Amino acid sequence: MEQYLIYNTLSYPILTVLVCVPIFGAIITLAIRGDRNLKIWGMLVTLLTAVLSLPLYSSFDLTTAKYQFAEFSDWIPFVNIDYVLGVDGISVLLVLLTTLVMPLCILCSWTYIQERFKEFICVLLLMEASMIGVFISLNTVLFFIFWEAMLVPMYLIIAVWGGPRKDYASIKFFLYTLIGSIFLFVAIIALYVTTGTFFIPELMTHHYSFSYQMWIFWAFTLAFAIKVPMWPLHTWLPAAHVEAPTAGSVILASILLKMGGYGFLRFCLPMVPGATVYCMPYLIALSLMSIIFGGYLALGQTDIKRLIAYSSVGHMGFVTLGIFLLNDAGIKGAILQMINHGITTGALFICVGIIYERTHSREISDNSALGMMMPIYVTFLVIFSLSSLAFPGTNSFVGEFLVLVSSFSKYKVVGGFAVIGAILAAAYMLRLVQKMVWADSDGHIHHGEKPHLSDLNFRETATLAFLAIFVFWIGFHPAPFLKVMDASTTHLLEQLESGMNVLPAGHGEPHAILNGVGESIKNLLALK
Amino acid sequence: METIITSKIVLTPLIPLVTALLIMASKNKPNLRETWSVCGAVLTFLSVVYFLPRLLGGGSYEYTMFTLYPGVSVKFQLDGLGILFAGTSSFLWIMAGFYCMGYMRGLDEHAQTRFYFCYAVAVGGAMGAAFSANLFTLYLFYEIVSIFTYPLVAHHQDEEGYFGGRKYIVYLMFASKAFLLPAMVLVYVQCGTLDFAIGNVASGIFPHTASPLLVKITYILCIFGFAKAALMPIHGWLPAAMVAPTPVSALLHAVVVVKVGVFSVARVMLSVFGVNLLDQLGLGTFTAYLASFTIIVASMIALTQNNLKMRLAYSTVSQLSYIILGVAMLTPNSITGGIIHITNHAFAKITLFFCAGAIFVVTRKKNVSEMGGIGWNMPFTMIAFGLASLSMIGVPPVSGFVTKWFLALGTLDINNTILLSVILVSSLLNAGYFVPVFYTSFFGKRSPGDNPSMGFQEGSPLIMLMVIPLFFTAVASVLFGIYPDLFLKIINLMVAR
Repeated sequence: MEQYLIYNTLSYPILTVLVCVPIFGAIITLAIRGDRNLKIWGMLVTLLTAVLSLPLYSSFDLTTAKYQFAEFSDWIPFVNIDYVLGVDGISVLLVLLTTLVMPLCILCSWTYIQERFKEFICVLLLMEASMIGVFISLNTVLFFIFWEAMLVPMYLIIAVWGGPRKDYASIKFFLYTLIGSIFLFVAIIALYVTTGTFFIPELMTHHYSFSYQMWIFWAFTLAFAIKVPMWPLHTWLPAAHVEAPTAGSVILASILLKMGGYGFLRFCLPMVPGATVYCMPYLIALSLMSIIFGGYLALGQTDIKRLIAYSSVGHMGFVTLGIFLLNDAGIKGAILQMINHGITTGALFICVGIIYERTHSREISDNSALGMMMPIYVTFLVIFSLSSLAFPGTNSFVGEFLVLVSSFSKYKVVGGFAVIGAILAAAYMLRLVQKMVWADSDGHIHHGEKPHLSDLNFRETATLAFLAIFVFWIGFHPAPFLKVMDASTTHLLEQLESGMNVLPAGHGEPHAILNGVGESIKNLLALK
Repeated sequence: METIITSKIVLTPLIPLVTALLIMASKNKPNLRETWSVCGAVLTFLSVVYFLPRLLGGGSYEYTMFTLYPGVSVKFQLDGLGILFAGTSSFLWIMAGFYCMGYMRGLDEHAQTRFYFCYAVAVGGAMGAAFSANLFTLYLFYEIVSIFTYPLVAHHQDEEGYFGGRKYIVYLMFASKAFLLPAMVLVYVQCGTLDFAIGNVASGIFPHTASPLLVKITYILCIFGFAKAALMPIHGWLPAAMVAPTPVSALLHAVVVVKVGVFSVARVMLSVFGVNLLDQLGLGTFTAYLASFTIIVASMIALTQNNLKMRLAYSTVSQLSYIILGVAMLTPNSITGGIIHITNHAFAKITLFFCAGAIFVVTRKKNVSEMGGIGWNMPFTMIAFGLASLSMIGVPPVSGFVTKWFLALGTLDINNTILLSVILVSSLLNAGYFVPVFYTSFFGKRSPGDNPSMGFQEGSPLIMLMVIPLFFTAVASVLFGIYPDLFLKIINLMVAR
């Protein structure tokens, strides 16, 4: 075990605590009465979790790719299932993103949620526990349990507190994810049958035959591609986003989608490197489709939330593109882009929630020309929109730049297609901002035409300001974030390299035709 | 003198940004607000002047603010090209600051705080671009200028304003995302850094092993990516931007914004690709012909425009290409001619726009054909217009002559008679569309609706706020024609190496 893990040396078992605090918080919620007390309790629990998670960054060892803060104990010994937790440079930022975004989810629901407050806080806290669990599990069974545990609270958030078409959206979300999970589960069992272990780092060291790798790869990929979501499996996302309450959308966009990207990095790349390299062109093509289709569809939307949902498809396309370019800049860019998307798109959904509370509409036309009435709101909207279109000096620019550098240095044509996504992002975001800030107003407030809209209050300003700090911090000084990934990214690429080299000779024979197609696509992409 | 690492150089872009915040903070006190604007302009100019002795002594300043990734940083550095552009822009901002007061109050415009705020940020963006030491910093400030000038173009918030604004932002954003962003990435992929080779115009930053095809693609993406340089065929945003209030057209769309474009093109040509590489791949000549095409066609379009501001806009499109043409001929003389035109054109064109604005405020006339006889009502304005026109045409001793002299020398250096004739023909075309304006204003027929007994119109204080700056810039144009030594010295420091 010591070759993979560095045991926790903090005064408390940090990872277990991060999962348990929200769970206990959720249980205690049941005994609390009064909406106000519930809100404060939810806030306290999430803030406590956030504060307790900070040592993950401050005590993180940057020099090693091992799993840190690890905890280990036997759980179900006769089938070799242990309770193993640990984080490395890939997951630690995602854990921190989760713990820091959750208090904001409570804040943005402060007045948005009107009924069943107790259940809402309870579900939100359970959600937090399972999301953190997914990122820190080092055992496939444990991972799968948390993965599935997430599904129910998210379903409830959409189905109970959602909009008019909540039933349709929540069922669609549930079914899509469940289908992915089934394949994930099959892959986990298949790996166990072959290797006799559920321990993730050990699974990465085994070498599998090529055809076996292909099966495992596609089972994983299906599960994660649905979660990301990758075109053409993205259709659940706009529905879920539009119907979910603000907090639900924020969780979905900021954290849930990241699990797909995380899954690719944790399972596909290191465990089945041969298949990953073989399938790379197809996944790059799918990522480009996501980027372009996501952007194109966003361009035509009249519903703000739907627009941002489709923009998420495009942004996550950049993430998967970075991952499957399989080089240093690409993977770092992808991880950073996941964090960026969590910050920026989360903030945009909070912005939509704020305006929905005031006008009770998500149509762009009903929320137009706000510049005169809500200057503070508009300032934040512009900041986050610019961040979303990767304006230089904002967080997304750094991530997008790295992914583009990676694609242009590997396949110029891929870079060219990705740039189309960047153009589309500018087009739909600027269109949205133009309409929401100016529309065709003549620069004067006409009383009586529209209801008076109050500008942001302190709570709302604080929520958005917190995220805005990160927009510029990562935008100008991403080194603290990038250096966390260094060791793990290097290690991941080494795993990939060594995995490729031990592929059985002549692995392509049964797939000669497919391989030929793959090669020709590769050649085309490399401009050979 | 060697390069000193000091954060002082950040002052120049920072002062306008702080000014913008102060303007925002005093939105209910118009006098204070406009005082900030002028004070900010003066301080910005002084900060540039403060750097000048060091540069003339052969030294430089440098400062890295943030490092995003190895080779990608927010970094500033002082050099001749930057200081010339920054000095010109900040000085003209002082003039425009006074002029704005007269114009905006004279027309009682709405949303003046927003106007002054965006105006200051746009100038700050240009200052940042002027001193940027790498492509990322340049891109950052270039984009800041794009975003903050949208509210200025759409200022009137009527249908025309929104249409112009949309065209403006679509052209600029599309070009920067579609061409500039991939160009920047390609430069990074090939060179491993985005830092300019400042102080060495010969070699650039590309390694010898770079593939010629890729370098060519990168270069073409670069020069079209900087759409603010208004090289045809992506010049359409500039005439559209003329819906903005005239001070915007004057300072921003004749000096700051468009010059950020040509400045960036010049910077990329000289400090990223380098004269040797451009020469070797034949890209210099290619650009020179592209610029020549723009010069001639834009001038011909200008001939057909009746709206004075549109005529000036097409004239700007054409004149900007002189700067690119000069740099593209890649000889010391031509580069000198191109770069000195940044200043020469700025002073002359801002005068012309100031005149157009003053005429509009006094008479509400936009079209040349209606301007018969107004020279007798606004003599100082029209004399200034005449002087500035002479500069545009390139008549000695006004400053435009210096440009054309060096450009012509450049064409002789490379023995290219086609380019020489382009310069000569375009001068005739310039005369073709400027002389009639001046002539009409004094000797043309008065338009029917005019009050013939209208006397001298430049006496009121608000109008004086406009006429004094414009007369000043016109006189400056003449002075720079007679004493271009300082500018030549600054440029020589750069080109000689």
